[in-house]
Amino acid sequence: MGTAMTVAVAVSAFAFGILVGSLGASAKLSHSLALNVVADVYTTIVRGIPELLVIYLLFFGGSGVATSIAAAFGYDGRVDLNAFTIGVLAVGLISGAYSTEVIRGAVQSVPFGQIEAARACGMSRWLILRRVLVPQTLRFALPGLGNVWQLTLKDTALVSVTALAELMRITHLAAGATRQPFLFYGTAALLYLMLTTVSTALFNRAEISANRGVRRA
Amino acid sequence: MNWQLMWDSLPRMLGGLSLTLQLIVGSLALGALVAFAVALLRLSGNRVVETLAAAYVFVFRGTPLLVQIFLVYYGLGQFEFIRDSILWPFLREPYWCAILALTLNTGAYTSEVLRGAILSVPSGQVEAARACGMSRALAFRRIVLPVAIRQMLPAYGNEVILMVKATSLASTITLMEVTGIARRMIAQTFAVFELFIVAGAIYLVLNFIATRLIKFAEWRLTPYLRARA
Repeated sequence: MGTAMTVAVAVSAFAFGILVGSLGASAKLSHSLALNVVADVYTTIVRGIPELLVIYLLFFGGSGVATSIAAAFGYDGRVDLNAFTIGVLAVGLISGAYSTEVIRGAVQSVPFGQIEAARACGMSRWLILRRVLVPQTLRFALPGLGNVWQLTLKDTALVSVTALAELMRITHLAAGATRQPFLFYGTAALLYLMLTTVSTALFNRAEISANRGVRRA
Repeated sequence: MNWQLMWDSLPRMLGGLSLTLQLIVGSLALGALVAFAVALLRLSGNRVVETLAAAYVFVFRGTPLLVQIFLVYYGLGQFEFIRDSILWPFLREPYWCAILALTLNTGAYTSEVLRGAILSVPSGQVEAARACGMSRALAFRRIVLPVAIRQMLPAYGNEVILMVKATSLASTITLMEVTGIARRMIAQTFAVFELFIVAGAIYLVLNFIATRLIKFAEWRLTPYLRARA
């Protein structure tokens, strides 16, 4: 049960992180100075302060911000974010900062000649993005995103401080109730190991499939 | 934004700085020793020893640090023989539990960094040292290790930053370092953003200093890359 919740948080946060990361990367690569600065500040701060602090910030402050945003749109009730949303937002924002850097690096390593060639073939901007830039970026970004995924998965353990019933939280309760902490934390460690091992294998397969068009030397 | 509160909270948070620094320096120093030993074991050529070392690295890199901290702090006390052993006065203290867990964690990551660096030393240099009549140990001490340490510095810098941030997890086992104090003050005042900014700024400064130190070490160890005067 707890493992399912952990996977749910990790997958949602990772997806949210990739979304944020794509936006962040395009902000960093844009020619607008303001966007560059905003993205730089975001990645520097989030990567420079402890994950636990970010989670505390959203846990204690998230509902307040959501309420004031809702108030700005004319809704004057109190908005309470549930623990799952807060967990996904917090871990997703952290994961997004790392994804930003990974995606930026990957976009920059797509040879510019390929974009020019696509343009010369008469592809529209949108078509270039979809047929050339994204597939090529994915190829370079996958190893880095694999690392981000491992970080995200392990960061979900920190969400247990917000009382969300994921793996770590349930372990904590079980360990307290049965007075066999070593057994339960050991089991949790094994479950996390299993998750990381399985996902490493999945990422390896994804890398192979992303690279299927590449000639090997 | 309550500037007065932010200003007033600073001295209290800095009160936790000494503990945070102790955790960082203590676990990095001990972790470096562990990493050195484990890296050597992984390159020892003995299958059994290599597998054991690899298993240690696999387990500590594959599980969340929080699990490791809880395993040490709550888990070890479950066993009678540990409670009866001479180590118990240490393992009873959250301080030493945090140091132990952080050390084992950073030891695993750093050993991989170090192992990669040792493997990246060109074999020609080792052969040249052997040809000069150096023993294997001497060649390792004079040639391989210095080159490897220089090689590993950028990756090690990342690990140092991770450790600076990881010490915040010690607050979950009742240690009152910067994050612990911030959390307690947030609970007292509900001034989430003000206190978060102060605590975050402290960590940013720490990380900034850490990256500068690593950069400086890199600069000192690569005189041949500097323009000759």
